[in-house]
Amino acid sequence: MAAPESSAAAVPTLYTNNALRNAFGGVLAFFILLLIGVMAFSIRLFSVIKYESVIHEFDPYFNYRVTQFLAKNGIYEFWNWFDDRTWYPLGRVIGGTVYPGLTLTAGTIWWLLNSLNIPLSVETVCVFTAPIFSAFASWATYLLTKEVKGTGAGLTAAALLAMVPSYISRSVAGSYDNEAVAIFALIFTFYLYIKTLNTGSLFYATLNSIAYFYMVCSWGGYTFIINLIPMHVLLCIVTGRFSSRLYIAYAPLVVLGTLLAALVPVVGFNAVMTSEHFASFLVFIILHVVAFVYYIKGILTPKMFKVAVTLVVSVGLAVCCAVIAVLVALVASSPTKGWSGRSLSLLDPTYASKYIPIIASVSEHQPPTWPSYFMDINVLAFLVPAGIIACFSPLSDASSFVVLYIATSVYFSGVMVRLMLVFAPAACITSGIALSQAFDVFTRSIKFQLPGIASNTEVDAAETSSSTAEAQNDVVKAEKSEETSKNRPSKKSKKKEKEEKPLTKAKAEKKRLLALPLDSSVISLLLLILLGALYVVHCVWAAAEAYSAPSIVLTSRSHDGLHVFDDFREAYAWLRHNTDVDDKVASWWDYGYQTTAMANRTVIVDNNTWNNTHIATVGTAMSSPEKAAWEIFHSLDVKYVLVVFGGLVGYPSDDINKFLWMVRIGGGVFPHIKEPDYLRDGQYRIDSQATPTMLNCLMYKLSYYRFVETDGKAFDRVRQTEIGKKYFKLTHFEEVFTTHHWMVRIYKLKPPKNRIRGKTKKSKSKTSTTSSRAKRSGTGKKNPWN
Amino acid sequence: MEAPIRATEFLRFTLLSLLFFVCRSSPSHDLLISNAERRIDLTSHIVKVYLTLKVENAGSTPTSEILLAFPPTQVDHLATVEALVTKGKRKKTTLARLDVKPTELPDAPNGTKYFTIYLANPLNSGESTTLEVLYLFTHSLEPFPAEIGQSESQLVYYRDSALILSPYHIKQQTTFLKTPSTKVESFTSMEPTNRAGTEMKYGPYEDRPPYSFSPILIHFENNSPFPVVEELVREVEISHWGNLQVTEHYTLVHGGARHKGVFSRVDYQSRPNLNGVSSLRYLLARLPPRVHSVYYRDEIGNISSSHLRTDSRKSELEIEPRYPLFGGWKATFVIGYGLPLQDFLFESSDDRRYLNFTFGCPLLDTVVDKLTVKVVLPEGSKDPSAVVPFTVEQHLETKYSYLDVVGRTVVVMEKKNLVPVHNSPFQVYYTFKPIFMLAEPLMLASAFFLFFVASVAYLHIDLSIRK
Repeated sequence: MAAPESSAAAVPTLYTNNALRNAFGGVLAFFILLLIGVMAFSIRLFSVIKYESVIHEFDPYFNYRVTQFLAKNGIYEFWNWFDDRTWYPLGRVIGGTVYPGLTLTAGTIWWLLNSLNIPLSVETVCVFTAPIFSAFASWATYLLTKEVKGTGAGLTAAALLAMVPSYISRSVAGSYDNEAVAIFALIFTFYLYIKTLNTGSLFYATLNSIAYFYMVCSWGGYTFIINLIPMHVLLCIVTGRFSSRLYIAYAPLVVLGTLLAALVPVVGFNAVMTSEHFASFLVFIILHVVAFVYYIKGILTPKMFKVAVTLVVSVGLAVCCAVIAVLVALVASSPTKGWSGRSLSLLDPTYASKYIPIIASVSEHQPPTWPSYFMDINVLAFLVPAGIIACFSPLSDASSFVVLYIATSVYFSGVMVRLMLVFAPAACITSGIALSQAFDVFTRSIKFQLPGIASNTEVDAAETSSSTAEAQNDVVKAEKSEETSKNRPSKKSKKKEKEEKPLTKAKAEKKRLLALPLDSSVISLLLLILLGALYVVHCVWAAAEAYSAPSIVLTSRSHDGLHVFDDFREAYAWLRHNTDVDDKVASWWDYGYQTTAMANRTVIVDNNTWNNTHIATVGTAMSSPEKAAWEIFHSLDVKYVLVVFGGLVGYPSDDINKFLWMVRIGGGVFPHIKEPDYLRDGQYRIDSQATPTMLNCLMYKLSYYRFVETDGKAFDRVRQTEIGKKYFKLTHFEEVFTTHHWMVRIYKLKPPKNRIRGKTKKSKSKTSTTSSRAKRSGTGKKNPWN
Repeated sequence: MEAPIRATEFLRFTLLSLLFFVCRSSPSHDLLISNAERRIDLTSHIVKVYLTLKVENAGSTPTSEILLAFPPTQVDHLATVEALVTKGKRKKTTLARLDVKPTELPDAPNGTKYFTIYLANPLNSGESTTLEVLYLFTHSLEPFPAEIGQSESQLVYYRDSALILSPYHIKQQTTFLKTPSTKVESFTSMEPTNRAGTEMKYGPYEDRPPYSFSPILIHFENNSPFPVVEELVREVEISHWGNLQVTEHYTLVHGGARHKGVFSRVDYQSRPNLNGVSSLRYLLARLPPRVHSVYYRDEIGNISSSHLRTDSRKSELEIEPRYPLFGGWKATFVIGYGLPLQDFLFESSDDRRYLNFTFGCPLLDTVVDKLTVKVVLPEGSKDPSAVVPFTVEQHLETKYSYLDVVGRTVVVMEKKNLVPVHNSPFQVYYTFKPIFMLAEPLMLASAFFLFFVASVAYLHIDLSIRK
């Protein structure tokens, strides 16, 4: 709770010239960072405390299963892993289609712990990977913001990021997903980029490529980096900020980074072949041209230079046109213009809903609503504009990067709710800058107003330090490329500060006049602290209440205490222990990962959704009448069908509510499934007004089979209506398991009837067998002794 | 279908062989049993047989060994045999436990297996004594029909002999069988046979020669669930910091008639008395008192349906599997708990330490097919030796746990076919020097110290090339 305030309080102490105070500031900053790390870790443990140490949701189960495989079989087996438990009968090459960063990270942690004889299970390691990396991410935020606006802003931003709800939603303990490590990798890559930009050190440039490599390993969102950094480089060039440091920051990243990225099997040649990466190459060329021009400019006289420019521009334009034409032709020859569906839906938000229902059907691919912004970043939404303004005074290479980062991520988060996650660090960084600058201004004003407290020398000290913004402004003006001088006390800037000492002294008088009145600054300070407190309260609430549910265990509070709905695991455990190990289970793809991980049974489709036709087949089966569905499933060698039904307890995200997507996806491939057949006057309903197609489809029947016997009326609590068709029999399926709250129902396909050749033969053989059976059983019953 | 036929053949065969034995074998012993009464309890899935024998030494030499005979089919399912002798006169009789050991005899007819009871005082000629023998069979009730639907009740066969198999001449014998309910489908009649309520009486039969055998088959209703733990691994970890951590891995199966066809939750929930009567809904585990941090989970996480009741003498953990177990259904789970060390660890007179803990399975009324008890001794303990009241297979292992360097010695004991009678204490003796307790804290402290020294050194060393 106290972290933002205390970090803000630490700001003045850090900037003193006094060595002891400097050291004290360093130690304080270190401990604040340590506490931020602890807070980032512990705020994510609500899920473990309120529920249990368990893997959450859907995708994490897949990652967990892969990690188990890795821990058991080693890295080489992992790369060559062909998984035959999923996408039956196609299978899936896991090693080549998965971003291995997360699993390798957790696998390495597990291996390290085990070699130290700390016998933690793979599950425990997986559960706590995300909180650990959140702590790393907040430290990386500190480093990044420190490069941009100094230690104070860094600490504030780190504290904000440690508890931003948007990030918590993806990194609570148990949420073992790619994003958990990818956000850290993203921020750290940006930090190293800025660091290289500020120092011009090849060491950091190399580290930057490695961090980028880690990011590529971890998440498909790496394309954001490889597009944002070129954009920033371009921005720097256009605004005349080209320098050799920019070159060092960018060129090694593209060369090394692309080479390293191509090493990741899932990326491979995509790193040079798809449109997502073209921007970086284009900027790479531009950068070289600009560097070359600067070089030529340096060795030629201005007159000669002008001649050379006209010459080169005319030739260069022609070459560029030719190259661009070839590129465009290449890109246009591919059907999706070289862009993957998810990327395209980023550029054109309506793309997915128009063409790819399977992407649109995922809730995290929908555009967010305004309340979700407030929910996910809370007061940061108001602080971001202030932070952007602070970034512009003065505008350095680093702060322009932050501005660009936030601008692009705002757009992306507006397209897909999932990308709020990329937006959150940017919002934290800008808000951290804004808060820190505001605290700076107010505390400085108070100091000036209270000369009794601050001695004259101290005022001087505070003056020189706290007016760094001003001084920095001058520095930047004097030498544009040199900024954030205080962070790197190079000899040059030190000298400069010394030179400017009389200047700042003179400025102090001016500052005294500019300082805010005492009472208003105190009130503003209090208001800011209140804002911070509100943020903390909201974050803790969000972490505890909104984002901690593991979604495989549901709880409800009623007057007689907490009620636990553990139906999913009940069903998976039943499948695991009471079906044959090679049985195939069909369900909608949402439950594929969980079924393979928890029940260890082969599934037809899963959350990977790489094969639309296969999913459409399952969707078609679910929306077909019983016999047709049985034929489809039988052709897929399916033995059990699993449906999720929330009608008895009111669990809203069940298969009936997802059913229209099954129809749409199925209909997209098999045109005999038509969405209007399932809708009455454009309305989706399951009551007595529902269409006969709807009431006869397999999903309806499997969900509501014998439902009427529970309460006599068959009242569906999710749809708040009585169902349309209450009494019906299943002819091709039989119920084999239903969980305690009816949330998961498992049906078995009845075996096909024996083929009968001739009628007479059939009746004969039938009667004979039955009679003999009857005879035997009769005798057996009466007296087992004869 | 085939079972009755096979049973008939079996009957014929045994009758023939019986005749053969009667002709062939002469009473090799001078003992005879003047009166035998056998009570067979069939109410649960563990068959309990109480045998009261009045043994008389008709020979001339004193003997202290009395043989019990079992047919080979029964001996495989025999979990335990106990023998008690009644001492004293009418008023104040006391029971004394006797040694019972399996014995091989060279001329055992038809693969008969023997157990020898060793009397404390030899039985002189002409004397007689009364023995109380208790033995338990597991897996001896064969469900028939072998597969039942959800609403059917479970019927089982029990096979035995109306006459007690014995190498001695039995003057008079009676067998009582107790069934769980009055519903008995059929039973083999061998006059005189009476049936009243839940009890059946075979006998009394007079003057049967040695190795008399007369198979009987009883087909009756037994709706109690048959909880069978196929494999149980108990790991007891001793920490001299004051905790005894017990982890138990169960593979549970319902050993009754296999479930067939549909499982309908609506029937199961609305008519619990008619549907799934033999299903296994919950289990009761009796844990030691002062148990703490109990958990109950399986490989996919915590199982929320359990209740713990503790009082000063015992703790009871009521656990429900994730789903009700029908015949043939399986479930695996783990129970773990901590116990205060001072309740179980003691120092023996010769300066060694010993753990006194309960062997067997804490679940009530369960059969354990295979039990492995692993006692993990603290790192640095030496000379482990286990004292178990019955024969077990033993060997040693090494386990590496938190920050171990040399590893912890694990005493592994394995036993097959256990029943709750086996829940008796066992001891593991070992020597341990308390200084070893400090090894790991010291290691951690020195690691941190080295880290700080390294940090200080790093801060004071200038490795730059240019000055």
